[in-house]
Amino acid sequence: MINAVKRDIPDYLLKNGKEVYQGKFYMDGKYVKKASPKTRIYEKPQESKLVRSIAEALRQCEAKDGMTFSFHHHLRNGDYVADMVMKAAVEELGLKDLVVAATSLGDANNLIADYIEQGKVVGIQTSGIRGKIGEVVSKGMLKTPAVIRSHGGRPRAIEAGEVHIDIAFVAAPTSDCVGNCRGTGGKSNCGSMGYAMTDAEYADKVVVITDTLVDFPNYPASVKAIDVDAVVVVDSIGDSGKIASAAARISKNPRDLMMAENVAKVIASTPYFKDGFSFQTGVGGPSLAANLFLEKYMDERHIKMGWAIGGICGPMVELLKKGKVKKVIDVQDFDIDAVNSINQTPGHFEMSASQYANPANKGAFVNKLDFVVLAALEIDTDFNVNVLTGSDGILRGAPGGHPDTAAGSKCCIIVTPLTRGRMATVCKHVVTVTTPGDCVDVLVTDYGIAVNPLRSDLIKNLDDAGIPHVSIEFLQEKAYSLVGTPDDLQWEDKVVAILEARDGTILDVVRQIKPFKI
Amino acid sequence: MIPRPKPQRFRLRRTMMFMNAQKPGLIKDAYIYGCDSIMLDLEDAVAENQKDSARFSLYHALKSIDYGDTEVIVRINGLDTPHWKEDVRVCVAGGADGIRIAKCESASDVKAVDAAVTDAEKEFGAEEGRTLLMAALESPKGIINAYEICTASERMFGVAISGGDFRKCMQTKFQADGIDLIAARGQMLIAARAAGIQCFDTVFTNLDDDEGFLAELKQNKAMGFDGKSLINPKQIRPVHELFAPTEKEVIQAERIISAYREQAAAGVGVFTLDGKMIDIAFIPGAERTLKLAKACGMYNGGLV
Repeated sequence: MINAVKRDIPDYLLKNGKEVYQGKFYMDGKYVKKASPKTRIYEKPQESKLVRSIAEALRQCEAKDGMTFSFHHHLRNGDYVADMVMKAAVEELGLKDLVVAATSLGDANNLIADYIEQGKVVGIQTSGIRGKIGEVVSKGMLKTPAVIRSHGGRPRAIEAGEVHIDIAFVAAPTSDCVGNCRGTGGKSNCGSMGYAMTDAEYADKVVVITDTLVDFPNYPASVKAIDVDAVVVVDSIGDSGKIASAAARISKNPRDLMMAENVAKVIASTPYFKDGFSFQTGVGGPSLAANLFLEKYMDERHIKMGWAIGGICGPMVELLKKGKVKKVIDVQDFDIDAVNSINQTPGHFEMSASQYANPANKGAFVNKLDFVVLAALEIDTDFNVNVLTGSDGILRGAPGGHPDTAAGSKCCIIVTPLTRGRMATVCKHVVTVTTPGDCVDVLVTDYGIAVNPLRSDLIKNLDDAGIPHVSIEFLQEKAYSLVGTPDDLQWEDKVVAILEARDGTILDVVRQIKPFKI
Repeated sequence: MIPRPKPQRFRLRRTMMFMNAQKPGLIKDAYIYGCDSIMLDLEDAVAENQKDSARFSLYHALKSIDYGDTEVIVRINGLDTPHWKEDVRVCVAGGADGIRIAKCESASDVKAVDAAVTDAEKEFGAEEGRTLLMAALESPKGIINAYEICTASERMFGVAISGGDFRKCMQTKFQADGIDLIAARGQMLIAARAAGIQCFDTVFTNLDDDEGFLAELKQNKAMGFDGKSLINPKQIRPVHELFAPTEKEVIQAERIISAYREQAAAGVGVFTLDGKMIDIAFIPGAERTLKLAKACGMYNGGLV
């Protein structure tokens, strides 16, 4: 069936009430029932939940074949925990037919890629898929299609019971002996643990894995002991150099700076740019540099930012410290400055992924956003964005919070160079639709700005401010004139990944790519 | 093949950004930053044993990239090198708008390049006289001979001082107040204005010193320069902002031109506006202000 972004979704996927994407806000106003999580009765005085090893924790939690294990990417590329747990499950307990439900998977999880190839892991549910895992899934080696959800769509699916987590494994920079966890105070600090929170509340069993055991109570806790079954102490939960980068520096690349300046110009031209406005930006070159130019406009107009959300890094913390933004609330801290600031700098708070972006709760932050600045691998002339598949059709990206912030914000700005090497970033049809075009408002490239024709109000704002803009078709044609028209990718019929829209409808599918032949 | 319109000898040239002609990544789309002219360098930026590969890259850039309204100038190697004649041939064959003569010291230098350009225009079937010239004055001798250089050819649209080399000759260093170059800048400006061509200031090399750059720009503007050579896109906006006319100047220029045309149509050559005498002598200045205002997005009217 063809959906609202013109993608053909195979009918066999539309069972048990599953629908195709119908356009943004389709489910708005609907009441849904949450799944009720399982807990256990603890009546006796309690000493400790420490167990000797991951294998023992698995046994205690009655891990068995076919279970769904969940992991979280707050340790990013430095994470040791997902692979350690899967190794114990497969090698020590001999488990098979496992499903990995992660908030993101990447270069840190190559062992899981091996288990996919061996058929031990048969299902993947994630918000990001990079590295070797992306390649083996794209080759069709996973038994069932991977399900890709946004950061908001994932907690929605968990809370709705569409994803049932048997055991959640929480990597904790610090924990006490009963499982109160924090992202700071240890040797592998990550700051916010926002991605693990919903899982801990909804999983049948929760195992905390830490390398720094601290005195009870480890407070204020990100994941709380009330949800935790077992605590395992290991030598190291991650490579701290890969968990948080060194302090993020704003790009000096003139192309990035020019685009960033234009992003700030567009923002400053809209009526939403007033005292107390809200903002989220990415950490890519031009997105991060937008902070710099935005600050200039804020000073000029004597206004302050009310609050910022997101993944956060140093430059936003700087604005907070200078008093130019009143509150920063985040699910993830990207660099050492942000890690050291959360819950320390007044006004810098932590939130869960559900609070951040879940469309099926009554107060997600994304729905209060004025502006979001996002990157894209590709954007097509319908303003659909792809941040999941490469131009070769291989899974190598992450919807993350992209579709959630784009839908929830009043003004969604995509910033990307027109071409990357020989690739046209602005194209006729994106490989995969990860963010629907009706949620995207403005595109800023190094060759010009285009506004979604659906937003005649923004077009008028830009015209009034004297900001030149062109049609997105002009940009696409310019891109093709520079690098040539790309050939169509060649696909097999087999679906290797299903991309869910944040409301749970099917936005797109990724099929197995045919091997490239010249 | 991207045919370029015939270059205009006199046009807005506030910003001329240098870049190495050998670097395709730089020259492929340098126009996106909005400078008035780009300066593709075959001289100092290119190593001695890479001159031919730089010409190759330059030729293909000129032939395949649509630079739009951005003027494309090429800095050729000095007349004391074995490279300059081949450089000239490449510029003309590729259709560059103009050539910057490095280390120019006399009218005969200009005439030598002029002759080579004419030969190349004939060789490649380009319109004779199409290719413009400018001269870089890099030595005391060049500054002394500024006027004869400025008037040596009908192709000449401007002169520029090259601070680095000149300071070396003068045994001085960069001074924040510009005292090191003040005499040379002044003499060159006088010569250029006397010859009726444009005049451009040297590059400012410390990219981290925003304040120093702004101070130099203010002095450039006060002295009457038309524009400045640049080494980084981030320098473009400050120049355009500083060289922009004020709102008041734009309104005044608009009123002068409108009133003059009205009066002239009625047969009046001299009249008063707001108590000031206005005649034809005011018109070029007012037109220049409006053209500048148009380029800065401050004026959308039809008077220029």
